[in-house]
Amino acid sequence: MALLKMKFSQQRRVRLAQGLWLLSWLAVMCGAFIFCLGVYLKIELLRRDEVMEDTDIHAVPNLLMLVGLASIGANWVASRVCQDSLDASRFPRWKVLLLGWYAVAALLCCLLLAVVVLSYALQGRLEESLKVGLRNGIRFYKDTDVPGRCFQKETIDRLQMEFRCCGNNNFKDWFEIQWVSNRYLDFTSQEVKDRIRSNVDGRYLLDGVPFSCCNPASPRPCLQNQLTDSRAHYNYEYQSEELNLYSRGCRQALTDYYMGLMNSTGPGVLSVILIQLSVLLSMRYLQTAVDGAMALESPEGESEGYILEKDVKATYAEVKAKALDLLKFAQVDPASEAAGAEEGEKAAEASAKAATPPPAS
Amino acid sequence: MAVGKITFTKTEREKLAEVLWLLNWISVVTGAILFGLGLFLKIEIQKWQEVMSEQGILYVPHMLITTGLAACGINYLGSKICLDCADTNKFLRWKLVMIPYIVCTFFFTACVLVGALMCYSIRSQLEEALYLGLRNTMRFYKDTDTPGRCYLKKTLDLLQIQFQCCGNTDYRDWFQIQWISSRYLDMTNSAVVDRVRSNVEGKYLMDSVPFSCCSTLSSRPCIQHNLSNPGAHAHYDERSQQLNLWRRGCQQALLDHYTGIMQSIGLTVLLIWLFELLVLTGVRYLQTAMENVIRLGDPESESEGWILENSLAETACYNFSIIKSLGKCYQVDDDPNINVPTAAADQEVPSAQVQVNVTS
Repeated sequence: MALLKMKFSQQRRVRLAQGLWLLSWLAVMCGAFIFCLGVYLKIELLRRDEVMEDTDIHAVPNLLMLVGLASIGANWVASRVCQDSLDASRFPRWKVLLLGWYAVAALLCCLLLAVVVLSYALQGRLEESLKVGLRNGIRFYKDTDVPGRCFQKETIDRLQMEFRCCGNNNFKDWFEIQWVSNRYLDFTSQEVKDRIRSNVDGRYLLDGVPFSCCNPASPRPCLQNQLTDSRAHYNYEYQSEELNLYSRGCRQALTDYYMGLMNSTGPGVLSVILIQLSVLLSMRYLQTAVDGAMALESPEGESEGYILEKDVKATYAEVKAKALDLLKFAQVDPASEAAGAEEGEKAAEASAKAATPPPAS
Repeated sequence: MAVGKITFTKTEREKLAEVLWLLNWISVVTGAILFGLGLFLKIEIQKWQEVMSEQGILYVPHMLITTGLAACGINYLGSKICLDCADTNKFLRWKLVMIPYIVCTFFFTACVLVGALMCYSIRSQLEEALYLGLRNTMRFYKDTDTPGRCYLKKTLDLLQIQFQCCGNTDYRDWFQIQWISSRYLDMTNSAVVDRVRSNVEGKYLMDSVPFSCCSTLSSRPCIQHNLSNPGAHAHYDERSQQLNLWRRGCQQALLDHYTGIMQSIGLTVLLIWLFELLVLTGVRYLQTAMENVIRLGDPESESEGWILENSLAETACYNFSIIKSLGKCYQVDDDPNINVPTAAADQEVPSAQVQVNVTS
């Protein structure tokens, strides 16, 4: 018994072909959309490349771009098949290709699902990568004279101002590293000498932050130095001061930004999966209906379209048998021969048992 | 002698009508573009409206918006008229509307030109508005507790960060105003009191700038205080001083930004004006050609089209006399049938005397 059988008259077949042609062109547009989405995401990730340690998260946009291109190709082929489907002379040449096409379309749907799953699964890796990248950026903030690190100051400053964040987890990260280069320290000053001596590694640590941490929404001019000392500034309470600096850490800010981007593309990707699936199913119906029509004596008559010729279990058994057949060329399988012999005995017993009851009754 | 006379055959008239129909539809699109440009300019100006002093700048985008909408309407009507103009019967429907329509389109096209020229001429007004506006904003920078001014600090900080500028003309403008509110000044501290007393108006002036003036391109952490005294900072040489803060003034930065936008908008509007002028000329030719066909009586014949029936001077005199005669209808009427009392009474008296002599 066929799976989801439907009858198709000639007119319905024509309608199906036309509808599927339109749908496949829509799917081509969706493929282009997915590709552009991938490109956009990749560009956004590359912009902040300097504060990311590794590129695992790039799998998401790379996959999107690949699927987008493949989807454009596959759906273009589908539209060509539709154009030829109502012409009995041209349709048979596509028959061989269609099985492969189904596999490709199913694979595309699976890959798109994988993208959605990956975008959630890779969040942890992204955070880790940002944590290490930002830590290095903050550590090398002062090294504007070291080649290979001289851009870190500008990068971190622009990042903190654009994403309204300060430090890795929060602004106190700046207290733990020396972010003022020795070149700009006056070593004759007593205050500088004391501070350096009080630190084990001989670093000049401050309870101050760079200017890029300052929050423009604060009602008072920015306080950057001596932040932990409430007496150093008039009318200032360290524990309760909230607006002076940005309270969010840059790792959190960037993670939220990228997760937001990927979540907002989620519904789009899911609807593209639905469109691709409907193209797949419609193509199967069209193929079976047109094949059925070509087999009839009158090609204008009614034919049946279905998804699978037999039901799921029977199809699965058939496919399994075919696969095993292919494997049998390479293997000798005595177990199946013994099972065959046993079955023969059982059949003989059953027939013997069937023979005995009649004399009793 | 007509201005710009051209002879049109029937097919040429029909072709002209078709072409004008298409051009009118394209003009509807350009009208929409004009509207869009006006809207864009309005939004751009409103973004930084708090640092501009008068609202007078907004009449430029408003002009563009209204002319854009008018363009859509007029050209839509024009496309309908031109579609009908190919056929003499249908043209009769529109005959009375044509002259007012052409006059309206002429004035509307003039408005588009005025709009384009305004975009270029607004620069000096903008400069003045920005100077005054920025001066006031800087003055109210500290007033984050005064309603109506509490957002000026945030606006000015974001402006200086985004446009990479500092102060009105220069970073030294910050030295002349008190940008730290008295709420955050410790009046018991003698240093603070001295500074306030040393100033005539009792303002707390410093040679320092807010954090938003700091440049991200500097290779050293930002120096915001004691800027007049480079020696107070370690290794603060000439090059460090150049890179430390943003050197440009915000007035110049905003002026450049808006002038750039308005110049490109002005160029686009000029191109749209030329296109509208072309459409207007075509419609005028079509109108005169169709009217001449109707006057000649034969729809299949050739007819002439022109821009003006007589030369420019004669048309000007004629229109001027029309306007003059419109004014005259409220003055003395020179109708000969009305009695002019003084001259008639003198003539009548001698004829009566003659009659009396004969009878007696």
